[in-house]
Amino acid sequence: MIDPIVSELAERVRKAATEKRALRIRGGGNKDFCAYKLEGEPLDVAGYRGVVDYEPSELVLTARAGTPLAEIEETLAKGGQMLACEPPHFGPSATLGGCVAAGLSGPRRPFAGSVRDFVLGTRVLNGEGEELRFGGQVMKNVAGFDVSRLMAGSFGTLGVILEVSLKVLPAPEEEVTLRFQVDEAKAIETMNRWAGQPLPVSATCHADGALSVRLSGSQLGVDAARARLGGETVLDGPAFWRAVREQTLDGLRGPLWRLSVKPTTPPLGFPGTQVIEWNGSLRWIGTDAPAEQVFQAARKAGGHATRFRGGNGAPIMRLDAGVLGLHQRLKAALDPNGIFGRHRLHPDF
Amino acid sequence: MGKVELLDAPPAALVDKAELVRRLSAVLPRECLLHEHEDLTPYECDGLSAHCQVPLAVALPEDEEQVRRVLRICFEARVPVVARGAGTGLSGGAMPHGQGVTLALSKLQRILEVDPVARTARVQPGVRNLAISEAVAIHGLYYAPDPSSQIACSIGGNVAENSGGVHCLKYGLTVHNLLKLRVVTIEGEVLEIGSEGLDAPGYDLMALITGSEGLLAVVTEVTVKLLPKPVRAQVALAAFDSVVKAGEAVANIIAAGCIPAGLEMMDKLAIQAVEQFVHAGYPLDAEAMLLCECDGTDEEVVAEIQRVSEVMRASGATEIRLSRDDAERLKFWSGRKAAFPAVGRILPDYYCMDGTIPKKRLGEVLAGIAALSKEFGLSCPNVFHAGDGNLHPLIMFDANEGDQAQRAEAFGARILELCIDVGGTITGEHGVGIEKINQMCVQFRPNELAAFLAIKRALDEHGLLNPGKAVPTLRRCAEFGAMHVQRGKEKFPDLPRF
Repeated sequence: MIDPIVSELAERVRKAATEKRALRIRGGGNKDFCAYKLEGEPLDVAGYRGVVDYEPSELVLTARAGTPLAEIEETLAKGGQMLACEPPHFGPSATLGGCVAAGLSGPRRPFAGSVRDFVLGTRVLNGEGEELRFGGQVMKNVAGFDVSRLMAGSFGTLGVILEVSLKVLPAPEEEVTLRFQVDEAKAIETMNRWAGQPLPVSATCHADGALSVRLSGSQLGVDAARARLGGETVLDGPAFWRAVREQTLDGLRGPLWRLSVKPTTPPLGFPGTQVIEWNGSLRWIGTDAPAEQVFQAARKAGGHATRFRGGNGAPIMRLDAGVLGLHQRLKAALDPNGIFGRHRLHPDF
Repeated sequence: MGKVELLDAPPAALVDKAELVRRLSAVLPRECLLHEHEDLTPYECDGLSAHCQVPLAVALPEDEEQVRRVLRICFEARVPVVARGAGTGLSGGAMPHGQGVTLALSKLQRILEVDPVARTARVQPGVRNLAISEAVAIHGLYYAPDPSSQIACSIGGNVAENSGGVHCLKYGLTVHNLLKLRVVTIEGEVLEIGSEGLDAPGYDLMALITGSEGLLAVVTEVTVKLLPKPVRAQVALAAFDSVVKAGEAVANIIAAGCIPAGLEMMDKLAIQAVEQFVHAGYPLDAEAMLLCECDGTDEEVVAEIQRVSEVMRASGATEIRLSRDDAERLKFWSGRKAAFPAVGRILPDYYCMDGTIPKKRLGEVLAGIAALSKEFGLSCPNVFHAGDGNLHPLIMFDANEGDQAQRAEAFGARILELCIDVGGTITGEHGVGIEKINQMCVQFRPNELAAFLAIKRALDEHGLLNPGKAVPTLRRCAEFGAMHVQRGKEKFPDLPRF
């Protein structure tokens, strides 16, 4: 049986393909500020919602793309589980489809995995309005190219995500947040040192002169680690990590660069604000420094800079010529008429 | 996506071998190019020895520049290229092409850099999986994915197959443990994928390349993540009087919020086959057995092993034993790790399947396999990465006895189709290669295969990289059913397979 919402979406895609008209796929619209440009007429998938299948013992949840992220998190919480990548919502109407399309992960990412890591399967509409299934609802699956994971972070440029199956994990029995008053250099050194030891750390963040470290796991394991690491216990740990994830923390609210770099990179020294996450491998920088300088600093640190918020139409990322060419060819392979998310990621496609 | 090229068709014209060898000789040292028949035969198959084919030549480059040049020559001459790591794969992914060059990366075996503070290792593709963990052990670190062939398989091959292992429920597959790759396209272009951070902007090319079975690019350098070695590991061994109860115990362990480092099941036939051979002390009267390994800090392991034991008891375990020290832990594992060769001792041949299923369908699938076992008149013990639903039925046969090989093949195909029917997949970790190419036609619909083929063309317009593997053409699928593909036994019977 074909779902009427899906057949209507497919029909609109086919029509746009025939007319080579741009479509912008939209879930909750909370991440419109991310990436480069919004072009074309909105293709709203928020109406296609609902959890399709969830059994805690399978560690897999399948839901339609328009399902609110909050609803998914509530469903999981009832089963004692969670989305371990802790994706940001950036607004109450955030959807599962938007979460996967943006591919953004939260504080637990270096310890548990990214949105992409947890994607097991997708059902999508390609650029010709055909409904395709990739991956599946099982944890290990190496049949065919991993198109499902390719959808994560593609910002709606490769196809319309209709349904996603995700691996989910048990929520920890106990969580505690510790805080240490240390400068940036000391924080980077500490995060990396602890990451090299078998400790139940599940998040790290340096902001405003303090390093916050979250411990997760069994009561016994967390208690032992807390005794070993010391520091001051943060009263409302969950609120702090929510502020980090949702970027309501000072230093994350304004125009922002996102630098994904080698975790041991010393302080970058840009004028302005800086928040460090992910054991040092994620640097959020609010600075007026010239874009070229930021791109180069990230490159020198073994990674990449992306203009995350407030670019005002300036290019948001640099791709090497070879990698850019590959992006263009992959885009053409799945969306031959170039209708999805034109210029959403990059000025050249 | 109407137009589909026949990517597994051989090139229209036969390759001029002498000319090809002359051109390759110009870019490779003398000892790095094999083209005499007797030098080529060691490369005629990988771990799936029933699929053999002698290539035109074997190139053994010593650096990335030589890889680039070999690919460029093959691209210009439209010669197929099959990349090969250690040749331990079980799906025939590195089976040569009769009109092609096998690009063996075994000489690229240097560990280029270990950064214990950033917890990374940058290695060449021919480095053995286990060699990485051995090299970083002095820093208290290890590389987590542990395919059973880890003493021999190479990291480049692991990337090509997205290899798993016993510990992937907790620590992930290869794709989850990579930071950066250098790859060379068929046109000889070098690309850097990923970064020294945890991600890179744009499409997730790491996810696309990992597990692409040598169809999209050739890996020349791999930067992996390293993890701190757990302080302690302990195994609980539990016996059950039915496979259904053992399956329920697995579901209950996970529902109780535990993600053990390893969670393995063996059925009665597998336990008995193993026990004759290894004497691991397994319960011979049990219908099924679970091995559950917990790792972490001392406190974490104490808490988890207690929880797991309680759940197993409540789920009907007839006996539970906890490893008292590392020697006993390894003894508990020894039988599981010897399961494949043990089966190989009972009958000369076995055919290892690799389906993944939703765990809740286990009872039904095992009953289905038992029924098929009667139908085909072949015994089939089962070992199971129970935590993540990856089932390895081992079909036992003797290729020299009548039509047993054909029956094993037909039996295997039915098991794969059973896995698809319950919502699973034809391959959890061994790859499609040549072995399961026809079942791809069952698992995917034509427009999905067309999408794979379009991606293939985006990276390899002329279909020169590992043609005929992993993704079938639509024409091949149309012919599937009339075809009869020989399946086969493994080439490395002594290498641990689990």
